[in-house]
Amino acid sequence: MPEELGVLGGPAAQFKEEELIRRIRDGERDLFYELIRPYERCVFAAALAILRNEADAEDAAQEAMLKAFKHIRQFRAESRFSTWLIQITVNEARMRRRKEHADIVEPIVDRQDEEGNYTPRDFADWREIPLETLERKEVRQKLAEALSSLGEKYREVFVLRDMQHLSIEETAKVLGISTASVKTRLLRARLMLRDLLAPGLGGDWSSKLSFAKGAKPW
Amino acid sequence: MVVSCGEVWREISNYLDGEVDPALRAAMEEHFRGCTHCTAVLDGMRNVIQLYGDERMVEVPLGFSHRLQRRLEDNMAPARRTFLGWVVAAAATVLVAGSFELARSSVSGRPELRSDHARPGNGVPPEMMVVVATDGKTFHVPGCPFIHDKARLQTITAREAMREGYAPCVRCMKKYLSA
Repeated sequence: MPEELGVLGGPAAQFKEEELIRRIRDGERDLFYELIRPYERCVFAAALAILRNEADAEDAAQEAMLKAFKHIRQFRAESRFSTWLIQITVNEARMRRRKEHADIVEPIVDRQDEEGNYTPRDFADWREIPLETLERKEVRQKLAEALSSLGEKYREVFVLRDMQHLSIEETAKVLGISTASVKTRLLRARLMLRDLLAPGLGGDWSSKLSFAKGAKPW
Repeated sequence: MVVSCGEVWREISNYLDGEVDPALRAAMEEHFRGCTHCTAVLDGMRNVIQLYGDERMVEVPLGFSHRLQRRLEDNMAPARRTFLGWVVAAAATVLVAGSFELARSSVSGRPELRSDHARPGNGVPPEMMVVVATDGKTFHVPGCPFIHDKARLQTITAREAMREGYAPCVRCMKKYLSA
């Protein structure tokens, strides 16, 4: 994970960030873009996870960045700036979703009892999938489709935790739910995605790919 | 401690996150050694986390940074906002004054835009074929991903679109936006 992604930024990056925030508060507005640039992707991804439409997600992401600017004085250093920014984005995207899609009923998976046990459907053994497969657009497409078929509450948790690499506590804070709920929803999301993708990634897709059997990439 | 497949599935995500206590971890590892089903679930879940965790999975749309920067610039600087406000006020005065003129000569003059916020086009080739939504406010290059109402599209010339008060899409028609 490259450091400029920021979510995992080290102490040096964090120091630079605090310095930037201080200077912006003192009136150097031009520095704001420099502050948020490392988080463009996170913010867009968080908005997309909720809105599922690129144009809407882009607009919500822009609006969230503007709100962050306007309320920069309210940022408290006890949380990471990235977490605060993602929280604003999630709120913005949720608000738009409620406003524009009030008539749309959530997919059935969303109404499932999240406390109920989820039984994996497919026990096919996956071969290791090398990350190079992600170079192929159709693979990324399949993954994106599978993710977008999950109910919102699972998608949100999965995107923040497994794609934006927020901690369980940060994910809980951003979404305003308990850490226990984060864990339950994350388990469900990961199991569902595995079931959705196992037939393709374990069978069809990988049989078309030539890759050496070797050490697991993790 | 012996754990069943059901218990393993309930904790498998926590196991991968290092969120189970040492005793349970040991019991689960023992279980994985003897259970191909649970090992398959574990490996598959690791694959899922690994693949989605890759930064290639998040692609921002082309031009995202540029549009973001512009929106920030347009909204952040108070000096500019005041100046813009002044320009808008001045333009409104001119419009009011000019509207009598426009009313008399309905053929000439630029039509009012359908959107108060849009900027008129500049140098759009009049014969270029563009796409508009009947109730929309902007015209687009065919296939532009930012067309909102895809159900009621029509293809017309840019001249017709501008006559109808459509403004150029800020994304696909960017080069024709007047400064």
